[in-house]
Order: sequence, then structure tokens, then C-alpha cells
Amino acid sequence: MAGLVTAFLAVVALAAVAALGAGAGMANVFGIAVPYVAVAIFVAGFIKKVIGWASTPQPFSIATTGGQQQSLPWIKQSKFDNPSTPFQTVVRMALEVLCFRSLFRNTKLDNRASEGRVGYGSDKSLWLFSLMFHYSFLIVLFRHMRFFLEPVPMVVTGVEFVDSILQIAAPTLYLTDVFFVVGVSFLLARRIWDPKVSYISLVSDYFPLFLILAIALSGIYMRYFAKVDVIAIKQLAIGLVSFKPVIPPNIDWSFYMHFFLVCVLWAYFPFSKLMHLGGVFLSPTRNLPNNTRMVRYINPWNDPSIKPHSYADYEDDFREKMIEAGLPVDKEA
Amino acid sequence: MSKMAPPEEVMKVDYSTPAESWMDVKPEFKLGNYSYPGKPDVLKYLGLPNPREWNPVEEDWKLPPDWREIVRDGFRELLKKYRSLKVFMDVCVRCGACADKCHFYIGSGDPKNMPVLRAELLRSIYRGEFTVAAKILGKLSGSRKLEEDVIKEWFMYFYQCTQCRRCSLYCPYGIDTAEITFLARDLMNRIGVNINWILEPVANCNRTGNHLGIQPHAFKDMMDFLVDDIETITGRRVEPTFHRKGAEILFITPSGDIFAEPGIYTFMGYLLLFDYLDLDVTWSTYASEGGNFGSFTNDKWMKKLNAKMYHEAKRLGVKYIIGGECGHMWRVLNQFMDTMNGPADFLEVPKSPITGTVFNNAKSTKMIHLVEFTADLIKNGKLKLDKSRNAGITATWHDSCNTSRGMGFFDEPRYVLENVVEKFVDMPAQTIREQTFCCGGGAGLNNGEFTEMRLRGGLPRGNALRYVQEKFGVNTMSCICAIDRATLPGLADYWAPGVKVTGLHELVGNALVFEGEEERTMNLRQEDLPGVEGSEEDE
Repeated sequence: MAGLVTAFLAVVALAAVAALGAGAGMANVFGIAVPYVAVAIFVAGFIKKVIGWASTPQPFSIATTGGQQQSLPWIKQSKFDNPSTPFQTVVRMALEVLCFRSLFRNTKLDNRASEGRVGYGSDKSLWLFSLMFHYSFLIVLFRHMRFFLEPVPMVVTGVEFVDSILQIAAPTLYLTDVFFVVGVSFLLARRIWDPKVSYISLVSDYFPLFLILAIALSGIYMRYFAKVDVIAIKQLAIGLVSFKPVIPPNIDWSFYMHFFLVCVLWAYFPFSKLMHLGGVFLSPTRNLPNNTRMVRYINPWNDPSIKPHSYADYEDDFREKMIEAGLPVDKEA
Repeated sequence: MSKMAPPEEVMKVDYSTPAESWMDVKPEFKLGNYSYPGKPDVLKYLGLPNPREWNPVEEDWKLPPDWREIVRDGFRELLKKYRSLKVFMDVCVRCGACADKCHFYIGSGDPKNMPVLRAELLRSIYRGEFTVAAKILGKLSGSRKLEEDVIKEWFMYFYQCTQCRRCSLYCPYGIDTAEITFLARDLMNRIGVNINWILEPVANCNRTGNHLGIQPHAFKDMMDFLVDDIETITGRRVEPTFHRKGAEILFITPSGDIFAEPGIYTFMGYLLLFDYLDLDVTWSTYASEGGNFGSFTNDKWMKKLNAKMYHEAKRLGVKYIIGGECGHMWRVLNQFMDTMNGPADFLEVPKSPITGTVFNNAKSTKMIHLVEFTADLIKNGKLKLDKSRNAGITATWHDSCNTSRGMGFFDEPRYVLENVVEKFVDMPAQTIREQTFCCGGGAGLNNGEFTEMRLRGGLPRGNALRYVQEKFGVNTMSCICAIDRATLPGLADYWAPGVKVTGLHELVGNALVFEGEEERTMNLRQEDLPGVEGSEEDE
């Protein structure tokens, strides 16, 4: 509970800082300085973390096999849950990263002690809402390309067109805005109300959820309620990416709040569990093929000085007894 | 074993979470939930640090004065050596998908048996000792400092994990608790915190060649005893050889198979099969252990014990190795052996002398699983099998954790089983194959003092077994793991009384029809075959 409250207050404080600060004539700080610093931290921190992982050796090939292995030719291999070639492993990884394969397996314990039965029914809710959240996030992020590119590429306008296909409200409602909020709210609600998950949750679990929710809500407020000056914001965005930053007038405080929270997310990212974005690619139980009887996997620190207790020493220890029992020996007594 | 409540009571597990934070809940050691510490003379023999008499229920664990430094430095070293550890420490999002996948959690309701929290026991120290966030946020960030209570907690929960890897299947990032448990045990070994039921087998295996400490002449005696039994049952005198140089094949199986019921019947199955085929195979008392308790200790001992297999194969000049029915043995053989002790360039790619099948799936390790070998024989029609010799059996199949999630060995044993029994039915889908549940005795936890917790952890497997027993009349659970064969009879007696446990090759041995054989009247357990004394209608 302390984690939940701390995280919530932290996000509220951050939002307030930006909203008040930008209004108090610090637009330069929140519109120019902070984003540059945040992006720099994100890029440097992300690279450092990934290099830290990648430069650490993986001594053993420890795939978690999720199906039938490659075996005798007449036994059907489960190629993408138990890959034995690099290509199959890439497919397994793609399914993991793009479709959340492992989460798709999720089950829910149902212990009906009174009936003497324990069940493990399929539970796809975490999979569904996680997928919804991550893909909505991706599409929302992609739609924001319109602020950084002039002219706006067809592919961006195409995504926008599909995303607003329902044609409700003005400005037209993006479906991903709704899915995004629903997804992140589910993850948050689950964390609060599922006692198991609540018990393991840390401030670092609540903080990103509140932060992302605040980013989504402030964005929604800007677009649908404040109806901010989009032209001016685009001017600022293009100024930033072309390294000729300007602060156009008429930018609403809500923009600075939204933008600052995004900057916080960037800067926070490399030091947090959000690095699962990079880590999932480096997980040795998923990204290695189960071919270790066919191809020798090399451990760079394998220690050749570790030798078995030799047969010769063993025979020295037991020679008399072995001879007596009629067991062949290398050296007679 | 202390008096255990009946299954109906034990099933009523309290899954509620305590009001206080998990960091404020101290582990409570009581008989039945922990394993006895490593004995000083065993530690001395193995050269492991801090040999002493100590007792987990006492306050003072007699840690070395600089234990903090040792653990910290050790942790740092492992983080440099194992990418798995580093990634698994960093990427967990605590989504909780793993939480209810652990048999010990399902059976105990103790939140620290949720794999995520088990890993947090280590992760909290990782954050507290090695990251910046901890310095700013302290306990709120889930970090803490190394205290003796942390070590006590590690000892409790990393020895309440059987390294079955079920959680790792469901984790969206593939976080593998077996890896975390293995490395946490490595750290604890550095300050002399370990269990005897693992270390004594390691010491035995090193010296006598097998975990049980069976010396060569005794091993031979036991073999002779089983050979006599085979003669009584089948009228055939099988003639296994030891240390025969120039044999084509070296056969290695867990020593549990020669030592105790029901493993010995599987052992007799091996002997009968080799005799049936007139296979050019030899045994070794030096390499008389397939299992590897080193893999529950640290990477050094895993490698050292495993190295005997190739060492002996080379000395004897065999062409390749066949391994018997065992679980963690096969995880080591599949995922570690070649890396640690390869390349086995003095051996040849295994080729069945009976069918000519080349086992390209083992072309580098040159070691095949006996069940692969047998499945290939059956497929090629090389075995005459009479299922009626296993009449009366309605079998189910227990997929062992290690061969399931560390290999993917599912259809080979089922194919063999279906060819030797008349009735076979699987347990529910969420409890078999890659989703299989542990017997509760893996990774060194099949010791007597741990029985209560092991039986609780056996709830999911036991309940699934009970289900098929009631619904389909299953009376036999077959498996390919020596630890299963030792653990499951007790589990079945408790959770599904009346179900017996067999190895796969016991059933093969029963079904094998030798040319010109005398009619069998009993099975390998020397139980009368149904219908032998009476008329046809018995079966």
C-alpha cells in the first residue's frame, strides 16, 4: 500500500511541477532542456544496460522447452515451442515478442478443496490486456510521428485513418486512446485487487503504471478537451528534432505537463523494469535452440582444470575388493 | 514422518497473504519444512568451506565472520559469469503469471513459494547491494541489505524449490527459477549453508561412482541378485559385463535403479532388453551414476561428476553411450554435458546396431536416451511384445520435469508405453507434457525430514493422479525418472492410494517375448500374471 501511495503522489507531484513551472515562465526548461536531457539519458542508459547484458557470457544453453523435441524422424517436433534450428528459434522469439506466447499459456489455479478437485483453467485476461496495452502504446507512439515529420508520411495518416474509423466525437476519437487507457487501467486494477500481485508489488511497479496513465490522460485532455494549438506544438517538436529549438507562444500548460511526464518516462526507463523491452530479446531460456546434443554450445569460462576423480584413483581405492568380486581391473594388485 | 493430516484437510490451502510486508515475515523452521544441513566430514571431503555442526532451528548458524563479503563477492562474480542471472535480476515486472504455477505454492499457500517472490529474495539483495535506486528509495524499491535473516530465508526457500522450471514456461520473459535457485545455492555453499541430502551423494558419487555410495563389489552383488531374480522369473540367465574394453556401448543409469524398489524392476527391464538384443553393451561401477547432484550444488561439482561419463567411455573405448531413465540426469546430458566436458570426439555418432538408425539428434554428445533407442526398435518391429503380460494395468504417464522442460521428451516414452500396455490414459492436459507437475522430490528434496512439505508440494500431481484413478481406473503411473520412482510411491500412497509406480522399462521387460522362452507366470515384481493359473476369463 505504501508503494501504491508513494507512486501515485510522485506522479501527481511531477505533473504539478510541469504544469506550474511552464506557467511560471519556465517553458524553456520544460520544452527544451528537459527533453534533450531525458532523451540523452534514455539512449545512453538503454545502450549501457543492453551492452551490460550482452557482454556477460551465457555459459549454458538452457532453453525452456515448451513442446516435443526434435527426435526420431517419425516423431513430430513442436518446432516453435521447442526449436532446434536458428530459424525456428527466431520464430519462437517473434511469437514471444509480438504475440506474448508464454503469457498466452496462462492458467488460473482453482482449488476446490471441498470437491477434492484442483483445476487450472485457461486465463487469457492478462495476455489480452497486456497485448492491448502494448500495441495501443505502440500505435499511439507511431501516430505522434506526425508532430516530427513534415510532410506527414502516408503511413502515419493511414494509421490515423484506421484508428479513427468509428468517426465519433470531434476531434474524432482514436480507438487506441481508449484501448490504451483500458489496458493500463486493467494492469493497475489487477495489481491493486489481486492479493497475490498486490503482495509482491513495489513502488517501482505502481510508478510506471501511474506515470503512463497520467501521460495518456493528459494527452486525451489536450486533444479532446483543451483542444490545444497543434500547429504550435508541431513547431516546437520539429524545432527539437532539427536541433533548432523554439518555444512558440500559445502552447497550453497541459502540453507541458504531458510532455514532461513523457520525458520522465524516458529518463526513468533504463533504470527500471521497463527494460524488459530489451531484456526479452536476451532471455537465454527463449533465445537459444534446444540442439545441444547436436551442436556443442561453448562456455567461454569453462574451466579445463576441473577433472573427474579419475578411474585410476578409483581403482587404487577399491582394487582388492574389485578383484575379489571378479571385476576387471587395469592394474593387478 | 510426523503425523500428517489427511489429504482432504491438506487440500484446504490458505492462499491469503499476510498483512505485513513479506520482508517482515521471518521464516519459521520446523520439522517437515527444511532439510538437514551438510555434515562437517562431507563438507571437508568436498573441500567446501565452513564445515561445522549447526542446526537451522537454532538462532546461531555459525556463519564465517566475513560471510557478508563472501556472499557479496560471490554474487558479483556470478553476475559476471551468468547472463541469465543478470537478465533475470533486471527484467522481472512482477506480473505474477508465475505465482500459481509452483507446486509448492499450490500445496502450501506460502507467498514466498510464488516463483516471483522466491526470486525477489535474491533480487532484493541485488537491488540493495548493487543498484542506485535502493540508495534513494530504500525498502520501497524492494531492496534490502544482507542480514542473517536473509540467509535463513534463502535456505528455507531455495531448498523448497525443486528446479522443475514450470514457472519458467509461463513467464513472459522466460525467467528461470531453476537458474536462480541453482545460483543462490552456489552462494550459500560459499558460507557453508547447504543440505546433507545433496552433499553426501555428491561426495559418494565422487569416490564410489554413485550417489548411494555403493562400492564396486557391492554393486556387482546387487546386479547378481537381480540377475538371479530374472532367472527365477523368465528362466533366462542374462550375462551383463562390467568394464569390458572394446564394447560397443557403455550404459549408465541412476544408481537408484539398482538399489531400491521400484527402480530395480526397471533395472531388470534394461538387462532383459540388452539380453534380448544381444547388445554389445557394458556397465561400469566407476561411472555407475547417471544422476548428478552436483547440478544441485554448483557448476564445478556438476562438471566434475559428469566428467566421469566421458572419462570412462574413453578408457573403455566404446563407440557411444546410452543413458537410462532419469530426469535431471537428462537435463545435464542434454543442456550441460557437451559444453562442460565435450567435445566427445573419441566417440562415434550413435547408430542402432539393430535397426541401423543413426541418432543425429545426439551427433555431438554421442549419448542417447534408452527410450529413444527402444522407441526406434519398436517402430522398426524389432521387439516382440505381448501386452497381455501387463494385463490388468491401466497406466498413466508422469512427465518428469527435467525431460519435459529441459528437453521436450514426450512422444517417445508414450509411444513405448502404448506398445507395452493395453490401457493408457493421460492425466488432464494442464498437468502433463510441458505443463507437468513435479513429484516434489527433485533437486535434492527427496529426504525423509522434508516429507511433509514434499507431500504438500505433491498436491497438484497427486490430485491429477487421483482424478484419473477415479475416472478411468488408473492403477499404475509410469515414469522415466529415478527420483520420481523414489518419490511417487509415497505421493501416490498419500494422494491416490492404490496406484503403483513403475519405470518404463519394467513394463517393456514384462512384455518382451523371447524366442523359445518358457511361459512366464509372473511379472518382474514376481506377482502372478492375471489369467495364468485360472482360465482365459480372468483377463
